[in-house]
Amino acid sequence: MSEIILSINGSERKLKVAPETPLLWVIRDTLELTGTKYGCGAGICGSCTVHVDGESTRSCITPVSAAAGKAITTIEGLSHEASHPVQQAWIAEDVPQCGYCQSGQIMQAAALLAKTPHPSEQQILQAMSGNLCRCGTYHRIRRAVARAASATGSAQ
Amino acid sequence: MSPISRRQFLVGGAVAGTGLVVAFYWPNGRSHETGEHEFAPNAYLRIAPDGKVTIVVARSEMGQGVRTSLPMILADELDANWSDIAIQQAGASTLFGDQSTGGSASVRTTWDPMRQAGAAAREMLIAAAAQRWSVPVAECTTDKGFVLHPASRRRESYGELVERAAKLPIPKEPKLKDSSQYKLIGTPIPRLDTPSKTNGTAEYGIDFRVPGMKYAFLARCPVIGGKAVSFDDQESRKVPGVVNAVKVGDYAVAMAADSVFGAIEGRKALKVSWDEGPNKALETEAVFDVLRKAANDKGVSLQTVGDVSKVKGRRLEAIYETPMLAHAPMEPENCFAHFLGSTCEIWAPTQVPQDVRDSVATAVGLKPEDVHVNVTLMGGGFGRRLEHDYAVEAALVSKAINAPVKVMWTREDDMRFSVYRPPSVHQLSAVLDGHGSPAAYTHRLISPTISGQKGYPIEGGVDPDLKDEAAFLYPVPNLSNKYIAPQCAVPLGWLRSVYAAQVAFANESFIDELAHAAGKDPLEYRLRLLAEDKEISYFDTKWQTARLRGVLKLVAEKSEWDKPLPAGRFRGVAAYGCFGTYAAEVVEITIKDGDPNVERIVVAVDCGQVINPNILDQQLHSAVIFGLSAALRGQITIEHGQVQQANFNTYPILRNNEVPAIEGYFVPSHEAPTGIGEPPVPPIAPALCNAIFVATKKRIRKLPILNA
Repeated sequence: MSEIILSINGSERKLKVAPETPLLWVIRDTLELTGTKYGCGAGICGSCTVHVDGESTRSCITPVSAAAGKAITTIEGLSHEASHPVQQAWIAEDVPQCGYCQSGQIMQAAALLAKTPHPSEQQILQAMSGNLCRCGTYHRIRRAVARAASATGSAQ
Repeated sequence: MSPISRRQFLVGGAVAGTGLVVAFYWPNGRSHETGEHEFAPNAYLRIAPDGKVTIVVARSEMGQGVRTSLPMILADELDANWSDIAIQQAGASTLFGDQSTGGSASVRTTWDPMRQAGAAAREMLIAAAAQRWSVPVAECTTDKGFVLHPASRRRESYGELVERAAKLPIPKEPKLKDSSQYKLIGTPIPRLDTPSKTNGTAEYGIDFRVPGMKYAFLARCPVIGGKAVSFDDQESRKVPGVVNAVKVGDYAVAMAADSVFGAIEGRKALKVSWDEGPNKALETEAVFDVLRKAANDKGVSLQTVGDVSKVKGRRLEAIYETPMLAHAPMEPENCFAHFLGSTCEIWAPTQVPQDVRDSVATAVGLKPEDVHVNVTLMGGGFGRRLEHDYAVEAALVSKAINAPVKVMWTREDDMRFSVYRPPSVHQLSAVLDGHGSPAAYTHRLISPTISGQKGYPIEGGVDPDLKDEAAFLYPVPNLSNKYIAPQCAVPLGWLRSVYAAQVAFANESFIDELAHAAGKDPLEYRLRLLAEDKEISYFDTKWQTARLRGVLKLVAEKSEWDKPLPAGRFRGVAAYGCFGTYAAEVVEITIKDGDPNVERIVVAVDCGQVINPNILDQQLHSAVIFGLSAALRGQITIEHGQVQQANFNTYPILRNNEVPAIEGYFVPSHEAPTGIGEPPVPPIAPALCNAIFVATKKRIRKLPILNA
């Protein structure tokens, strides 16, 4: 166990955890932010996606020590009252079925749009294909990302 | 259980100050526990004096939208204001009959009771208003949570009327709306659970926690059916946070810790001595050889028409095979349990809360009524959560370590220690008449019985699921549809559409073979076989050839089957009926580097009255993508008694960039609603393989298609 300072959703937290603990379990167990999900534990499915310094990151394969001193954002910290354009688009397209992978999908989409505000269809597919959905919400995800992109565009 | 009188229930609700409570009891309601006839309320609702309407959902939400669609049914008959609706998830109860969520049955089995519950409450509210206003009931009407008396322009909200309404008798046979009067049913209302599933607040089983809760992972023998002989946890105890290692049954050792990571690391360090048991040499081929050898067994009849043995002529034969599959829901198995000596609290992502209650009770030595099962959201189900293994594990571990515990499975646990879709072998033969139509058709389904393996009684040798899933719907003069149930060493479970996908793959591919042998267009061939309106009686369902023909015609129209495709593009069709619903699909492909590339899928279904077209569209996409993943790459294989797949890299499911264009259509209908979660799964594999045949002249008779 060692002491690690994490900056999570804008606040600093001092934690005593083993440095090799995957960031996912620190977020879920220690910080009790359960919106971020466990799906594969191997960086294959994307359910655990969070932002680390703005980069979409698979928290299940990221040791907590690698995130120390960086700005971590989870689904809970993405926006105030789900006001982020991606979340709004997700609601408008009624994307989720079981919903379990959707935090990861939304975080992945938000990271894409932060860097590429007007992605092409190909760029959307490429960015979103690391996130598995067993319910098959893929088409609505594509539509929601495109909708969020155009909403961001009109706001600018 | 003893019936609770309607009156008692009603008064109880009113006295408790919760407003109007309407409960329904229907004769022939089957007791889940005993299977005996009993009176049981099938649904209920509460209307508070402030007008808030709470509808209890007694089925489990796993993505299929029951927390929206079921309340819509009741709310429509009630004429409630949709924005006043709140839902409450029922845990395991004796008030709702069988609460199992499966078999695409949630809407079809709650359609009548939910409508009756809403309609009865509405009549009582009208009667209460009429009484207060001293006007005839017939002069009153309702709209969005108000009773209206148009003649005197009076109106009162449901909330204002609940006290008076609660004192009135419950109408025995409330008048139900005509379908033309529906205001909610048939409209694409957004799901009630969407906001919580976009901001991280939706609570799944894996998210439930209480202070002081421990986490546990179980070490299991890598070989199917192996047992834990002894264990050494000396190294585990050095892992920070590790609490205890305990044996679970005879097959596993649980590692409990203060944190998830501690339990994972503790389990890694655990040394277990295994008795690998009788399956250590088991291979996939051996599993199939048992099926192939059983092919000559007599079997039992599912459907018999005429006598196929007497028909002579041009004969075609083929053997089809389908692999074992895993459910792989995104949320792996988990369950919270707190054994408290005389009671046990359970929070479970489960499709079968009552089974969980009963099996936990047996496992920890309590009465079923002392096990309190709460149902959480599920990160997918697909049939995996019809099992109660993980809940029993949680209860046993909690009892053993005397603490609240969350038992969790890793993805690898889920893939390797699960139950699997049964493998199947299909022997098909047909004799064609002078027009190329089957004068005789034989299907011998050889696949182990899931229910039988689990020890449920198998009436007449027919696995009960086949009664919803294996009908042959083309009226042919001679038909032999038989079932043979061999043994299987691999543990089996019900996976989305259960046996329907295997049977449809065999039948709808073979019908395609017949069409090509007859030199006919495969869609025209099917329509001709279905040309006459006939009723096909198959166990409890009366199938209509007209409705199967209807979905084929709809899919033909929407896919523009009559128009030629661009060069390099090929298509196939398949149609199937299961869970009361008819589905037809057209798949268009190109060939890329020798492999099929699916470009477009058109789906047409007839599932009777559609409750919510928005959710229907979700389910069509979901089922098609689920079926396509399986058809292309899905297979569980066994080597040395061990499941070879362990995560999404070895058991790949389709990714976003791999799904083709999908268009879903439904036949407008006011027939009683039937299933939709499963019926669009079965046609996808045969439709795709039929397209591949057109493209390559290669007939795929064994899945998966991309078997590298």
